[in-house]
Amino acid sequence: MKGYIKIDGELCKGCQVCLTFCPKSSLSISDKVNASGYSPALFKEDGECTGCAICAVVCPEVAIEVYRG
Amino acid sequence: MKTVYTHPKYLKKVPFHYCPGCGHSVIHRLIAELIDEMNIHDRVLGIPPCGCSVFAYNYLDIDMTEAAHGRGAAVATGMKRAFPEAIVFSYQGDGDLAAIGTAETIHAANRGENITVISVNNAVYGMTGGQMAPTTLLDQWTTTTPYGRDAKTAGHPVKMCELVAVLDGSVYVERTAVDSPANIRKAKKAIQKGFQVQMDNLGFSLVEVLSPCPVNWKMTPVESWEWIEKEMEKVFPLGIIKDTTGKKDAD
Repeated sequence: MKGYIKIDGELCKGCQVCLTFCPKSSLSISDKVNASGYSPALFKEDGECTGCAICAVVCPEVAIEVYRG
Repeated sequence: MKTVYTHPKYLKKVPFHYCPGCGHSVIHRLIAELIDEMNIHDRVLGIPPCGCSVFAYNYLDIDMTEAAHGRGAAVATGMKRAFPEAIVFSYQGDGDLAAIGTAETIHAANRGENITVISVNNAVYGMTGGQMAPTTLLDQWTTTTPYGRDAKTAGHPVKMCELVAVLDGSVYVERTAVDSPANIRKAKKAIQKGFQVQMDNLGFSLVEVLSPCPVNWKMTPVESWEWIEKEMEKVFPLGIIKDTTGKKDAD
């Protein structure tokens, strides 16, 4: 894997903007609910990540951290 | 392992109170990133508006002073004159900038005050429940225009960037949007240029950012981001409206 992301499930409000813009369609929505009552975004188990950070750029909640290497 | 993106240093790590998909938090983040990258955290002063983003000082870890509704540019004028070495920006919504604060904004621009105004245009009054704003598009549904905005009774959308650009005091005016990764990056560059214009003592800069308001537009977050591209950008074209920075010399 070239890159990986960390999603803070408590900050995420499940707006799904990151799902729309991920070029590899590697994100999905969790079936669990966080403390605020939102279903947060989740990195798919078989998802591919290039570390492009587009998800972090569009995330309105600053809930995504991106690493590469 | 290289960190490509992490939480900005000058953005407090607390959950935003904004609705899911709101553009305010994206713009807060861009400002926080720029403060770190431009290394101006010790001399930047911000003025949050009235409206949803009134709590901007809860998120940005810098000195901020609240202004009365619409008076951001007037308060920024005073702050800049009292602290000429400070970098002063006012963060204002469209109701704040284009309705109640039109006079303050236009005259601050006309005087060529050395401040940066960041205007967030979401085409409605967000916090009060989605009433018609001056920037509401024609035929757009809001709670006070249930049959769509009619130009005969409610006028046309106000384009503040174009209004300010015709004034001799304004130096840099650009309109950007929060609707795609590319445009978010452009918005960051525009705000950076706005701060740079101020650091070079060139004059008034205005950066308008088209921002989604999914709740009051009655859309999902993704639909609202698409709506900006499909509808809003036709009325409010993106790009640099005015840039005379090359023609002016720094003092």
